[in-house]
Amino acid sequence: MSVPVRGGPVHLDPPGPEPTGLGRFADFGGRFVPETLVPALEELEAQFRTAWSSDEFRDEYAELLGSYAGRPTPVTECHRLSERLGLRVLLKREDLTHTGSHKINNVLGQAMLTRRMGKTRLIAETGAGQHGVATATAAALFGLDCLVFMGAVDVERQALNVWRMQLLGAEVVSVTSGSATLKDAINDAMREWVASVNTTHYCIGSVMGPHPFPWMVREFQRVVGDEAREQSRAILEGADPQMVVACVGGGSNAMGTFAGFIDTEAELVGVEAAGLGLESGKHGAAIARGVPGVVHGMRSLFLQDEDGQIIEAHSISAGLDYPGIGPEHAALSASGRARYESATDDEALAGFTLLAETEGIVPALEPAHAIGWVAREAGHSIPAGTTVLITLSGRGDKDAAQVAERLTGERLQ
Amino acid sequence: MTVAVEPYLRARRAEGRKLLVPYVTGGLGKHWLEVVRAVVDAGADAVEIGIPFSDPVMDGVTIQEASQRAIALDATPRSILNEAATLDVGVPLLVMTYYNLVLHAGLERFAAELAVAGIAGAIIPDLPLDELAPWAAAADDSGVETVLLAAPTTTPERLLALCERSRGFVYGVSLMGVTGERTSLASQAGEMGSRLKAATDKPALLGVGISTPQQAAEASQHADGVVIGSALVRRLLQGGGPGEAADFIGSVRTALDES
Repeated sequence: MSVPVRGGPVHLDPPGPEPTGLGRFADFGGRFVPETLVPALEELEAQFRTAWSSDEFRDEYAELLGSYAGRPTPVTECHRLSERLGLRVLLKREDLTHTGSHKINNVLGQAMLTRRMGKTRLIAETGAGQHGVATATAAALFGLDCLVFMGAVDVERQALNVWRMQLLGAEVVSVTSGSATLKDAINDAMREWVASVNTTHYCIGSVMGPHPFPWMVREFQRVVGDEAREQSRAILEGADPQMVVACVGGGSNAMGTFAGFIDTEAELVGVEAAGLGLESGKHGAAIARGVPGVVHGMRSLFLQDEDGQIIEAHSISAGLDYPGIGPEHAALSASGRARYESATDDEALAGFTLLAETEGIVPALEPAHAIGWVAREAGHSIPAGTTVLITLSGRGDKDAAQVAERLTGERLQ
Repeated sequence: MTVAVEPYLRARRAEGRKLLVPYVTGGLGKHWLEVVRAVVDAGADAVEIGIPFSDPVMDGVTIQEASQRAIALDATPRSILNEAATLDVGVPLLVMTYYNLVLHAGLERFAAELAVAGIAGAIIPDLPLDELAPWAAAADDSGVETVLLAAPTTTPERLLALCERSRGFVYGVSLMGVTGERTSLASQAGEMGSRLKAATDKPALLGVGISTPQQAAEASQHADGVVIGSALVRRLLQGGGPGEAADFIGSVRTALDES
């Protein structure tokens, strides 16, 4: 393919591999849902498979990604950051999409499928609010009703995004069950879907949930990795980056990124939220500290207690505050094709300010974990001179007030 | 002594009796075993014992709250089964729980622990037919009957397969939604019951949203009986004990007998 350039056409690579059996990535994945939802998931799987191989659907999707979402996004070479770290750092700029994060790629695809299935309403869960905003945006664009579930804790720390969703015509439900964060928002969205599945599509925001979601969302996000591969080669005179790094909550920006590099020699690294430290028990590192289980419709790795009750995650970033991870990541970790590291809240804050100061780019707290990890490891486990591509999954406006308060000790007026 | 589910329910049905299966959250307060005994004395034909899970996606607010409260009281799958083993109530006992707890314990081990505790059946609402095989093999080996759920959205072909594989009884979800009380019986309940009765000779019960004696009587016109969960658990959450549980289940029993 030709090198994607901002303002140019969006090119989609051919579809990637399907999971095997009933949505399996090695031992992970599957479809563990109440019977009520099974027929809808079967329909969604069939509709997606047909649509994703149809030129008409793909052309319309590519056109929307271009004219509406503002793709292709560029890859920016970070000269001052590279000099500071002794590496060669490239950033895939998902922060420059409409709505400010990679989430838009997925919701546009799912909104098109919703219309195709004759459904009129979208529901979604959201942690940081980015997926909720993206879903509300797509709902407005397609004339669909929209209901977003958001943990009460996140409603508090992401007030700006709550208002944005309401402005876009969505209703936001503040979820108080359980730990009142992302996992509980997913529970309540699934409960709502059980009641309304005949008219409603559940627009899951990450590479998680029951089959076909992990596969489908990876396919809607793979444009990130496919573009980045060609753009990196143009910058690196035909070579691939030696290391490709992305933050991982549920894992959609990382899975989309990895999909583009899975057949290259690049080392793939996902960075989980270490919160207050892996030993503190206050973190979101499902690969590092999780064990196999079945939650939210999928078999994957989850933080659990000795009886199998799910443990509340912790992260400074609402988008990584999830005790599980998408099943394909669990499989990539098991096979060794990708490895999973982690960065603490403090390391993420260091990454946040580092990118702002050296490149004039304010990252969201989620990808700030990836930047923080690279900064920590530069010259240590990452040898000097290594070429590193980091996916900047979103911009940091939503986090500015929270970070300001954290760093200055004072609330912005 | 373990009482097998299906033969017992078939025998009761053959007597012309409408079947009544209450749900009690295991570990919910120190009197929960007394509550089980009380609902049996009040006319239950089997009892579902909930093993609480942190993320119960098929449950509405009442059973969510009961689950959280039981977990906060240190109820675990092990403690609930150990306590249930002391029940000898003469009717079949089943557990209702979520697959993660089963998987975490280990399929064979969990099935064996149920059998040892005198539990005859299991209902796992997030384990649909398509993912059932590994658990079903373990359950069959231990003689545990796995009850499957059918929903208003279940296609005719799937319904036949579900009824074929279900053991103990077939659980028809009477509405589009999760557990919890409703002000009236859902319009889908009658059709769900009729579809089950046309598809299988196994005992067919309706549950989810059946909240009052009148609704139970109405639903039982279309099926062999009903499951009552949230309406009972709410009374327990509000401070009710074995006496209140017996009064409520007794009133449902009366309504079923008079219908």
